[in-house]
Amino acid sequence: MAGFVKELEVINALADAAPGFVWRLVGEGSDDATALRPFGPDLMVNMSVWESVEALRDFTYRDADHLEQLRRRREWFSHTGLGSHLVLWWIPAGTIPTLQEARERLALLDANGPGPDAFTLRTPYDSP
Amino acid sequence: MDDLESLSLLTDPVRRSAYQAVAAAGAEPVGRDEVAAALGVGRTLAAFHLDKLVDAGLLEASYARRSGRSGPGAGRPAKLYRRSGVERAVSVPPRAYRSAAELLAEAVERAGADETLYEVARAHGRSASGADLVGEIVARGYEPVVEGDTIRLRNCPFHVLAEGFPPLVCGMNLALLSGLLEEVPGWQARLAPAPGQCCVVLSKNNSDGL
Repeated sequence: MAGFVKELEVINALADAAPGFVWRLVGEGSDDATALRPFGPDLMVNMSVWESVEALRDFTYRDADHLEQLRRRREWFSHTGLGSHLVLWWIPAGTIPTLQEARERLALLDANGPGPDAFTLRTPYDSP
Repeated sequence: MDDLESLSLLTDPVRRSAYQAVAAAGAEPVGRDEVAAALGVGRTLAAFHLDKLVDAGLLEASYARRSGRSGPGAGRPAKLYRRSGVERAVSVPPRAYRSAAELLAEAVERAGADETLYEVARAHGRSASGADLVGEIVARGYEPVVEGDTIRLRNCPFHVLAEGFPPLVCGMNLALLSGLLEEVPGWQARLAPAPGQCCVVLSKNNSDGL
């Protein structure tokens, strides 16, 4: 985990400066979300708002540093028993999503697979 | 036009050479004159074959003024060609390895077995590591461009899979190429994603080897 926490600062700075980035969840008095454990002690959360799926995709997969961290994800994280662990959905401009909403969208994705209300980077849906 | 019809247009040797001349230029679109000169044929014949390849979806055309001039007197924009991003494949008897690969990738991802895949890929690369680095790279479907101490790879042999499963497939790719470099002193592979290219770049980190 120490390796991940060290890299996280760089990745968050990259996100903040990335084209199309709007907002990301941080804990109180912190610059990241690592201390937040809304769904249990072993479950870390990561939530952000982007202008478009393409902007998020560019940051996630087309930035060499972020792709390198994703490549090494299993060194730090296990998704075993989680069902879906990543979900995307559209929100009205000027609003910020809540963790409760995120949890509902994950459940929706688990129940129905990708659709306009809950989807993935591999199966994106256009904004309504 | 189906895949077989489209690919059968490449059986004409002049047309195939025209396709190869355009493909060799990578992302840089090329004009009729350049292809005609490379093939040693007339401009009209080159244009005929190039436009056939566009109709077949193997090349795509665009228009631009090439001289750097603009405004009145700059002349008509030239028709330029580059390789199409559309994938064509024909198999006899019918095979569907892409579907199998997508199922396998999704299963590896769900099982969290990324590192097992990297180990397998690295071992495969290592088994072919040795003197003929560029030859081995070409044999695997990459299109290497050697630029001094760097080798860029113009083509991603795993394109569709890499789009669907980027961390997993780019990680596999990196491991495979790292394995190929194991017996080549001084060279390293790293992730450097760029549009239309392989996500891995090879570079030489000292004056040894090759």
